Amino acid sequence: MENITPQLYTLLVFMVVGSIVAIEARNLLSAVISVSAVGFALSVAFLFLGAPDIAITQLVVEILVLIILIRGTILLDNTAIEKGRDTLAMVASLIFFGLILGFGAMIFGSTGFPEFGEPLMRVSRVYVQTGLPATYAANIVAAVILDFRAYDTLGEASVLFAAILGALALLRRSGSATREEVVSA
Amino acid sequence: MKGMTLIVKTISDFVVAFIVVFGAYIVLYGHLTPGGGFSGGVIIACAFILLMLAHGKDVAFSKLSERAAHILDSAGAIAFLVIGWIGVVGGFFFLNVFGRGEQFRLLSSGMILPANIAIAFKVGSSLFLVFSALAIFRRRSFRSMIEDELP
Repeated sequence: MENITPQLYTLLVFMVVGSIVAIEARNLLSAVISVSAVGFALSVAFLFLGAPDIAITQLVVEILVLIILIRGTILLDNTAIEKGRDTLAMVASLIFFGLILGFGAMIFGSTGFPEFGEPLMRVSRVYVQTGLPATYAANIVAAVILDFRAYDTLGEASVLFAAILGALALLRRSGSATREEVVSA
Repeated sequence: MKGMTLIVKTISDFVVAFIVVFGAYIVLYGHLTPGGGFSGGVIIACAFILLMLAHGKDVAFSKLSERAAHILDSAGAIAFLVIGWIGVVGGFFFLNVFGRGEQFRLLSSGMILPANIAIAFKVGSSLFLVFSALAIFRRRSFRSMIEDELP
């Protein structure tokens, strides 16, 4: 396999620049488009890394989200972002990350991480070695997400189901009472 | 005139069928080639969203009504759960009790193929619903909605 590090670094730099543009842009539409550029670059990066399943999903979801976000953005009358950076929120998130790191050090400090370059391979070794004989699925990704880890997929499907229900309940207004009806009732 | 220009309408009419076929291929061969229920379902949803963008929501709802999308959404979720419960026959939840078939063939790998199809219906119709909720939402402008909420 040829060396793909230069391509990956190019994509990485592009994604970092795109994220910074998305944060700093003063126009909501520009921010949405730079977020999508980062997503498309990520899907190309997945292709280079040899993960076509994830690349397809990332690309397709990115297209859909871009359409929805642009449509949502052009509905707004005022798309300029006027609010400045919130110092309190920044300090709070820094403290939060510090706490996470502290707790991580407390938990893993006693047991210790596996040695560098020797990841825990107990579970994935079983998946890779018995994937084809146990499930007869040639695409090992499908074997993992729908056979070995079907519970994960069920949870993902339920999360999506609940999210759609909530979005529809909030967005649809045809069946809900107007303010006058509520006041007069 | 609803929707976009005649050029966009003609091209999207021509392309929609191919997008649906490609999505079905991604779903059905999910256990053999890259892809699967989630990505295939999103591709099929994109075909209907293309219809809605090009022709307006009435044409898209005449192909797949909101009620039908709701039913497919729930049916896909229930079908996936039922596939999980069939595994209880053989011992425990989500056990792959279906026949494994022949390796590297379309009809192989037991429950993975039906589970892919169920997830495709679930994901595709629910993402179509999200977009149609936005289209319904557009009927009233955002500004007038905010003014309604204010006392």
